Amino acid sequence: MAETTKNAAANADARSDPDGRSDPDGRAGAEPGLGAAGSQLSTAPDESAPLPGLGVIGWARWFWRQLTSMRVALLLLLLLSLGAIPGSLIPQTGIDPMAVEQFRADNETLAAVYDKLGLFHVYSSVWFSAIYILLFVSLIGCIVPRTWQFAGQLRGRPPAGPSRLARLPAYTTWRTAATPEEVLGAAHRTLRRRRFRARLGGDTAAAEKGYLREAGNLVFHIALIVLLLAFAAGSLWKAEGGKLIVKGDGFTNTLPQYDDFRAASLYDTDQLTPFGFRLDDFEATFERGGPQKGTPRTFRADVTHWNGADGAERKASIEVNHPLEVDGTKVYLIGYGYAPVVTVKDGQGDVAYQGPVPFLPQDTNNTSVGVVKVPDARDKDGKKTQLGFQGRFLPTFALDEVRGPHSTFPALDYPVLSINAFMGSLGVDSGIPQNVYQLDTRKMKQFKENGDLFRKFLRPGETVQLPDGQGSLSFDGVEEWASFQISSQPGKGWALGGAVAALLGLAASLFIQRRRIWVRARPAADGSGTVVEMAALGRSESPRLPEELAELAVALRETAPPAPEPDDTADGADGSDGAPEGAQDEAAARYAAGDAARGTAAEDTADDDTADDDTADEDTADEDTVPEGTPAAGTAEETAAGEPAGDDRENPDPAGPSEGERA
Amino acid sequence: MNLAAAANENLASISNVLIYSAMAVYTLAFGAHMAEWVLGSRSKVGRTAAALTEKPEGRAAPAPASAPAPAVQVTGRGGTTVLERPQVVTRGPAGGRDVPDGPGAAGGDEGGDLYGRIAVSLTTLAFLLHAGGVLTRALSVERAPWGNMYEFSTAFSMVVVGSYLALLLAKKPVRWLGLPLVTTVLLDLGLAVSVLYTESDQLVPALDSYWLWIHVSCAIISGGVFYLGAVGTVLFLFRDRYEAKLAAPGGKRPGAFADSVLSRLPAAATLDKFAYRVNALVFPLWTFTIIAGAIWAEAAWGRYWGWDPKEVWSFITWVAYAGYLHARATAGWKGRKAAYIALIAFACFLFNYYGVNIFVTGKHSYAGV
Ligand code: HEM
Repeated sequence: MAETTKNAAANADARSDPDGRSDPDGRAGAEPGLGAAGSQLSTAPDESAPLPGLGVIGWARWFWRQLTSMRVALLLLLLLSLGAIPGSLIPQTGIDPMAVEQFRADNETLAAVYDKLGLFHVYSSVWFSAIYILLFVSLIGCIVPRTWQFAGQLRGRPPAGPSRLARLPAYTTWRTAATPEEVLGAAHRTLRRRRFRARLGGDTAAAEKGYLREAGNLVFHIALIVLLLAFAAGSLWKAEGGKLIVKGDGFTNTLPQYDDFRAASLYDTDQLTPFGFRLDDFEATFERGGPQKGTPRTFRADVTHWNGADGAERKASIEVNHPLEVDGTKVYLIGYGYAPVVTVKDGQGDVAYQGPVPFLPQDTNNTSVGVVKVPDARDKDGKKTQLGFQGRFLPTFALDEVRGPHSTFPALDYPVLSINAFMGSLGVDSGIPQNVYQLDTRKMKQFKENGDLFRKFLRPGETVQLPDGQGSLSFDGVEEWASFQISSQPGKGWALGGAVAALLGLAASLFIQRRRIWVRARPAADGSGTVVEMAALGRSESPRLPEELAELAVALRETAPPAPEPDDTADGADGSDGAPEGAQDEAAARYAAGDAARGTAAEDTADDDTADDDTADEDTADEDTVPEGTPAAGTAEETAAGEPAGDDRENPDPAGPSEGERA
Repeated sequence: MNLAAAANENLASISNVLIYSAMAVYTLAFGAHMAEWVLGSRSKVGRTAAALTEKPEGRAAPAPASAPAPAVQVTGRGGTTVLERPQVVTRGPAGGRDVPDGPGAAGGDEGGDLYGRIAVSLTTLAFLLHAGGVLTRALSVERAPWGNMYEFSTAFSMVVVGSYLALLLAKKPVRWLGLPLVTTVLLDLGLAVSVLYTESDQLVPALDSYWLWIHVSCAIISGGVFYLGAVGTVLFLFRDRYEAKLAAPGGKRPGAFADSVLSRLPAAATLDKFAYRVNALVFPLWTFTIIAGAIWAEAAWGRYWGWDPKEVWSFITWVAYAGYLHARATAGWKGRKAAYIALIAFACFLFNYYGVNIFVTGKHSYAGV
């Protein structure tokens, strides 16, 4: 026993390549202890990075290896999710600039700290970018060699089986009267028919299947890069602008027509898609009763649009979930409101302003505010002056003592316009752009009436006279307006393609099992017939593997029907290998003792053939410590035949003795 | 005005009655499961502790011969004679503890087992009532029954119980999930009817889209199945610690209660595998949920990704689950560490649902919490 243990330790030493990476065949992810048979079942990177050699290059290599290791990739992934959190809790400039301003006003000191850390724009901050850029560098550094390796595996052939098939996770054997050639030929055909890549070599047919798993995994990771690039392109070339349009008005897609326009750094405004549209009608309906009374039910903007300067006109309707698309530019309906139509006459009785004035809704019942600016007016003496009105529009007017005048429903059930009036300078001539929804009253005088501030409520059709004969304002009616977002973002197709590819790759990677099957046929040692052995090895332990092996065995038995064992004392035909029988006997004993519960239960809980990663490659030690019937030649043969398994990503310290060996 | 069709109040109240009835029956199922566990605690059949302590030296220092001894699995395939059935020898993962699964809650006690079966039958009945409640709710509002948190919660626990029953139907030994599931489903429904309840009603136009069906139903299914995985993971952590204690010679012994409960659970390896399979199975669905959400966002808001809080937390959840899958392929991160990541990932999912809806405002904050 002590002997064997020492032997095993020596063996493990001999097999552990001090530098897994220098392995020319790139057998990272090999199944240790199985030599070539278990190699190249995956292309996962090697985790046993050796200590850096001397010099800068050594360190650089070491650093690169660290960066592209699974462990660092994992840490970066966890960091990425951690880093994304603050952006969801702290207001972001890119999403809600108003909230950011509010926050700054409320917490000055904290805001300063946040500013330093870039916490108001987390997703474009230096540190967040650093995390994902490192992650993607790591990803590329990981994918390139893996793809290379995988291509090599595809060109290569399924590796020869280990000397003792019985050691593999699933194994079966029987004796037949057919000749070894017949058995192998049939095995080769059967495997091929089942879409295995198979080859015949000596007394063994070797086959492999499920390369799609690895391919899927690579596709998934590459697709992530495509996604990131598409996202980056989208953010760099994106442009979007807003436009508020009153019913009946139109818009052509040129810069001056926008109310506001944001273009990303690389966007060229000459690229604006030439098109235009007109808002013909707008329909909004609201819940009329029940606890959610007033909740919007439909918004629909009916538009007429045309391509180019004067293309053919077409009708379309834009709804909340249904934007209009014109040559890659999309028009979204994002808001709506009311525009009271007013006529303002000045002190001379001339019409100084006429038309709809969009008011902005303030609450769910569409209490709206807005201003009417009249820059060209004359007072009652004929002098030039300017008039300004602050208005509140209540689509369904109600008055109570607590809330004062307010709106109780968003639709136009009982519209009322309330106004305050000012005269003086609007400040519009200063050249500084003004907010059209605010009145700068610093240089204006508010009208008063009998000592009180002048304030009037108007129903449609009513007119109010300003004090001192300075003019009048008529509330002629109400129009609707809708606001649109016009945006173009390149790379959407790539993003979608990347996402779909990632999804498919992921599914392949998680649901497909990569596995190898060996069929060996040798003349029985006692000369009567042929001993057939079949074994399977998976990337990971899968409950489907034994089943598949059994199915194959059933198929093969058509050609190689089992023959009865010559007699019970015969110790397996394969003189060099007593293990199969031994293993079976022992297993049967354990089974009888009810000790095999784990194996079967694990099988039962499997609701799919998802691959598991608890691979059999942890048992470095155990592999070589099975003493029964293992002649020294067996070990020697294996060390010679199987190339050293360079890597053991399951075992952080492949050279060190594992638990079994220490015993 | 057909969109604004008045919600059929009759159906809505039928739905409420069904949900309350389901809760009553779940409560009975809970009682039956408790009876199963209590009766099972008397039984001493096939306990892990016994199994483990009988041969402690074999565990501390596995002799080569007793190391990963293969278990026999006989897979018959339409053969008529014994000879035609290939005997496949399988070997379990080596290096792990060679611990058999516990006998289940009833612990081999006949009375306990009977109660366990009753509990499953009651759960099935409750599930039917529950599903009926969700269905009538859908009919009453003439749309997908997940427009607000109340509806989301009822649908979520329906998926949880449904997947559990589906696993049982597929003859998977998952009755150990029964008690924790029924308990949490009761809590979830209780929360739904008391705190989150919203009258059945129509949706705001932004939610009126077939993407609501696709995106939200996938989110609910992912969540429900992730929840099964999380339960498996939690039990794995307990059971793993328990097995470690037993395996450590001279170490601290588990308490009597822990011993009684944990020894009846499946082996840590089985629980771990269960959790992994479940999580890996729905991870692509969760990925799809996010993609569908992005497509919908593109149609509704003019951008497919805008770092809205809900989007951020979906992303965080996704990355955390990706981290979990990664961890399972990373040296030194398997087992407990990976399990912790899985739990964090599920916590992110929960926060995305409750936390973001309640505490954070964003584009996803829709009518009626
Ligand atoms: C952008 C960040 C990344 C994400 C979101 C991600 C996600 C995932 C997911 C979900 C899996 C599980 C699929 C499976 O088991 O086949 C996986 C597997 C894998 N990833 Fe990544 N990954 C990322 C970066 C990386 C990097 C940087 C590396 C290289 C070090 C890497 C190497 C691997 C490998 C080798 C597997 C397969 C593990 C196995 O064979 O079981 N990944 N990744």
